[in-house]
Amino acid sequence: MSYHSFLLEPISCHAWNKDRTQIALCPNNHEVHIYKKDGNNWSKIHVLKEHNGQVTGIDWAPESNRIVTCGTDRNAYVWTLKGDVWKPTLVILRINRAARCVKWSPKENKFAVGSGSRLISVCYFEQDNDWWVCKHIKKPIRSTILCLDWHPNNVLLAAGSCDFKCRIFSAYIKEVEEKPAPTAWGSKMPFGEVMFESTGTSGWVHGVCFSDSGNRVAWASHDSTVAVAEGGKTAVCASLTSETLPLLCVTFITENSLVAAGHDCYPVLFVYDSNKAAMSFGGKLDVPKQSAQKGMTARERFQNLDKKATTDSKEAVLESVHKNSISQISILNGGKAQCAKFCTTGMDGGMAIWDVKVLV
Amino acid sequence: MSKNTVSDRFRKVDVDEYDENKFVDEEDGGENQLGPDEAEVDSLIRSGNLMGALQAVLKNPPINTKNQNVKEQAEDLMLKVLSSFKTSDIEKAVQSLDKTGVDLLMKYIYRGFERPSDNSSAILLQWHEKALSAGGVGSIVRVLTARKTV
Repeated sequence: MSYHSFLLEPISCHAWNKDRTQIALCPNNHEVHIYKKDGNNWSKIHVLKEHNGQVTGIDWAPESNRIVTCGTDRNAYVWTLKGDVWKPTLVILRINRAARCVKWSPKENKFAVGSGSRLISVCYFEQDNDWWVCKHIKKPIRSTILCLDWHPNNVLLAAGSCDFKCRIFSAYIKEVEEKPAPTAWGSKMPFGEVMFESTGTSGWVHGVCFSDSGNRVAWASHDSTVAVAEGGKTAVCASLTSETLPLLCVTFITENSLVAAGHDCYPVLFVYDSNKAAMSFGGKLDVPKQSAQKGMTARERFQNLDKKATTDSKEAVLESVHKNSISQISILNGGKAQCAKFCTTGMDGGMAIWDVKVLV
Repeated sequence: MSKNTVSDRFRKVDVDEYDENKFVDEEDGGENQLGPDEAEVDSLIRSGNLMGALQAVLKNPPINTKNQNVKEQAEDLMLKVLSSFKTSDIEKAVQSLDKTGVDLLMKYIYRGFERPSDNSSAILLQWHEKALSAGGVGSIVRVLTARKTV
């Protein structure tokens, strides 16, 4: 497990390139910085300046090597590497509020942007006009879309929203793809169709993730719960209330287990049992080194009692690796089926890489 | 020159009310929820079965109803039960509740904080400490984020 502190400000969002040698991140301003790994250090090789507002989402398409960014300036740009320079192409999203998250589809011929305008813009490239065009998914979204994830079939899109629901939409664009085969979530998938809507949890949905097969979707909600729904004739939902602060991001690392992280600054493992349709807490993944317990003098004890009304000698220092909330989690290798390493970035400006085999 | 002679009533219109995409809470038909049974709880307190009284007062929470009276009655009843416990018994009582029970107890505790009376805050704080160690910060987060309060 390694930790690298990039900045003093929060890292708003990050994305890795295909071979995980470069990371693109937004240092809480209007730019995107691309860092390249050399040895144990990271050196900044590119600065992408085009947005007029904070960059809220970055996604790096592994095969076509394109980066899509979206920001609070209501725009999205698709960046292509020409020689040694990243050239932006503006995408008109037709939204009147900030964009919040962006994701390339698995085949990289479309991407979806969630925004505060209570809609999802699904953008695809129109060859005739040489221009990115977008279609909107509006109903029945009632509030900001906070997070998105694509199903492996390139058509279904899971979206978590501030109207307390996680939904799966169809983002089928007939101009760029064939009709999709039936899935566990349904067989008729016209554009904008709601295939699944969650019930049971309240609280903004901060993070959403499809499993590797696409048959399960997990979401983390602001009422400190994590839930998994399995597609089928009737979708089966299982949720788990946790005793910690709300979780902000969640990802599957195998078909049955998830890692989530949030305001408690350490990643946590959850295990889903499909036979019982129940989730259970798998454990904290950040085991801090035991700090040496120095003995307390009677004077210190009395001082503590006077100041803090307790004789506890625990200092108010976070023992976890991240010193502030973790806002994004991304799989480094192994995919969502057999993840071996994942990476977390947070509001402390640091990035930590975790090994799954060692922790679980 | 500065007096506006044209009507400015339009400034008082709440435009968000007319937005067709406005968020509306789900209606859950809580008209028939009457809250915990007062008679049952009273008899359990009088007979000294405080654990039973706690279980009984946590049944039928008036979550979905819009009737404020029912909610106030439930809260008063809850306070009665909580005050009748001895301090040393509080921890055992909290342990006997399941997760949803602890969350519900937290909701009632915070509701009680809203209208403090003579001794209520002290008792509620004792219960709060024990409920916190059972439910963790998560239970408090659920009190804060719940759309339907008790």
